[in-house]
Amino acid sequence: MSELLKVPTMAEFMAQGKQPEVLFWVGCAGSFDDRAKKITKAFVKILNKAKVEFAVLGTEESCTGDPAKRAGNEFLFQMQAVTNIEVLNAYEVKKIVTACPHCFNTIKNEYPELGGNYEVMHHTQFLKTLLDDGRLTIEGGEFKGKRITFHDPCYLGRANNVYEAPRELIRKLEAELVEMKNCKRTGLCCGAGGAQMFKEPEKGNKDVNVERTEQALETQPEIIAAGCPFCNTMMTDGVKAKEKEADVPVMDIAELIANAQDL
Amino acid sequence: MEYLPNILFIILLGIGIGFFAVNVKKLVRNINLGQDVDVSDNKSQRWKNMAMIALGQSKMVRRPIAGFLHIVVYLGFVIINIEVLEIIIDGIFGTHRIGLSVLPESVYGFLIGSFEVLALLVFVAVTIFWIRRNVIKLARFWKSEMTSWPKNDGNFILYFEMVLMTLFLVMNATDMHFQDIQTGNVISQYITSLFSGLSETTLHVIERTTWWFHIIGILVFLNYLYFSKHLHILLAFPNTFFGKLTPKGQFNNLEAVTKEVKMMMDPNVDPFAAPAEGAEEAIPAKFGASDVQDLNWVQLLNAYTCTECGRCTSECPANQTGKKLSPRKIMMDTRDRLEEVGKNIDANKGEFKEDGKQLLDDYITREELWACTSCNACVEACPVSIDPLSIIMEMRRYLVMEQSAAPIELNNMMTNIENNGAPWPYNQMDRLNWKNE
Repeated sequence: MSELLKVPTMAEFMAQGKQPEVLFWVGCAGSFDDRAKKITKAFVKILNKAKVEFAVLGTEESCTGDPAKRAGNEFLFQMQAVTNIEVLNAYEVKKIVTACPHCFNTIKNEYPELGGNYEVMHHTQFLKTLLDDGRLTIEGGEFKGKRITFHDPCYLGRANNVYEAPRELIRKLEAELVEMKNCKRTGLCCGAGGAQMFKEPEKGNKDVNVERTEQALETQPEIIAAGCPFCNTMMTDGVKAKEKEADVPVMDIAELIANAQDL
Repeated sequence: MEYLPNILFIILLGIGIGFFAVNVKKLVRNINLGQDVDVSDNKSQRWKNMAMIALGQSKMVRRPIAGFLHIVVYLGFVIINIEVLEIIIDGIFGTHRIGLSVLPESVYGFLIGSFEVLALLVFVAVTIFWIRRNVIKLARFWKSEMTSWPKNDGNFILYFEMVLMTLFLVMNATDMHFQDIQTGNVISQYITSLFSGLSETTLHVIERTTWWFHIIGILVFLNYLYFSKHLHILLAFPNTFFGKLTPKGQFNNLEAVTKEVKMMMDPNVDPFAAPAEGAEEAIPAKFGASDVQDLNWVQLLNAYTCTECGRCTSECPANQTGKKLSPRKIMMDTRDRLEEVGKNIDANKGEFKEDGKQLLDDYITREELWACTSCNACVEACPVSIDPLSIIMEMRRYLVMEQSAAPIELNNMMTNIENNGAPWPYNQMDRLNWKNE
């Protein structure tokens, strides 16, 4: 299966004197986290299927600096940002797609002031444009009629007002989209943002991811859909804490689409 | 002697407005203790935000019950205050209901009639507000920061409004001349029966008393604002005007850091070069914020604008799961500390004298700051564009960049980013391994 994945790098494109249509910013989670790697691969499969000429930075990619910035380390953030911008500008990158809302937000909003100006899209937005342009067709397949609830990633939703692209993709799967009591702009955080992913939570009476998972399970979903590798981890842990992991998988939108296409 | 009431009135009015002016000056002085920040961009969007969010209450109505009741009180407050204009003119010139002599009776009747209806609606709305706070005990009004003064303040405001509305209606009901013309007394005509049987003189005394109490009440209320969360009735307007326009996820990039980073990355920079003559580098005293003076003035304006409604806290994931963080408390602490600094300056002839205290630790604890997920729920929830998250971030910056006091796991995460470009200890050279797995 894996030999079918075509993942060219920017360096390879440059060697051929070509520019890809879009740079796929994989992100740290997408590169290293076992669960998130599956999302990365699912997204690549779709890109391959739709014959999108994309490239990755590969070993030239480095953390955007998001967790450092939210933790308060502006120095480290800007060091990361300036380094990344140098690489991106050297390759004359114009358009970036990423499956991580944190990378998306940082590159889109915080890099321009530091000299990095790109068109940045979340993978759900990009997939929607592929769909709109007729380069990709989605069939419900195994998800037809399934109850799916979507967990809004804070850095995609509230932070950047992207609520519809992921939902539209779920509808295209002919699935039954059910909303949690807190959704879209009142969506509850999964608990990972602001560098919380990398530390133990402060003392409280519950973990945020468990609270959010309970809200998700209230909708009696067959699948919890996510659009962020960190949300995915948190919700997966939440579902495990509620001992529902056998019944309710947590899946990224890219995985839903790839699976529906049998990719 | 016949001008005694006029003189008394003018003196009262002068004292009331004078005190208020003094306090407004202090308020402006305190807000200006903050760092400068450029908010001169995109004026048209700013006016639009003010019109929609403050004037149009667009974010209030996201919670329909509280939103609707608030609009009643807000409209009532604004419209009934037209009546204050008449009271002031009457008070200064010794006239009685000057409106009747300058406006056609029907117009005057319509105006007073609307005020009466609104006064009743305000009374009802305020009573429901009181019930929500004290009988239903809505959770967000009973959080740990809502004890003592904040709790009383909330109720005092409601009592004030109940009393003012009652005075207005009783004043109209006991004004025989006004009742006689049978126009505009749409509500007060039903309470005249309460006073039937009283002599004309007594009625007149009641009417005069309520008239005086009404205007004195308004002046007291005006001066109460400075000490109360109720300041939002004024500051909501500038606050929504100066509110954040960029996407919520966009945090500001510290300029001082940018300069240093650019210098570090520039291979042509001589690190040992002495700074050019006269080119004193404007390196900030510190990174981030440990006290109110380190915040910018919009953040301080935010603190004064906060009316402690608690929508932010009720949406906060950390607070919902029992952590100590409450975005409302961040704003209340900022204001409390700012007022403390202001009083310090007043007591020391215009100079701040070190008092061994600061916003960090003495007001806002590290535990609160580290509990934030930066999810922006508080910012989204605020009906008047307050940004508690930006204060939390500034204080984290101080903790990390000035004190290296991040939780140990975060230090590990940052070391990993520094060394291998990822928050986990994986080699950057392995970044593309996933494609062959």
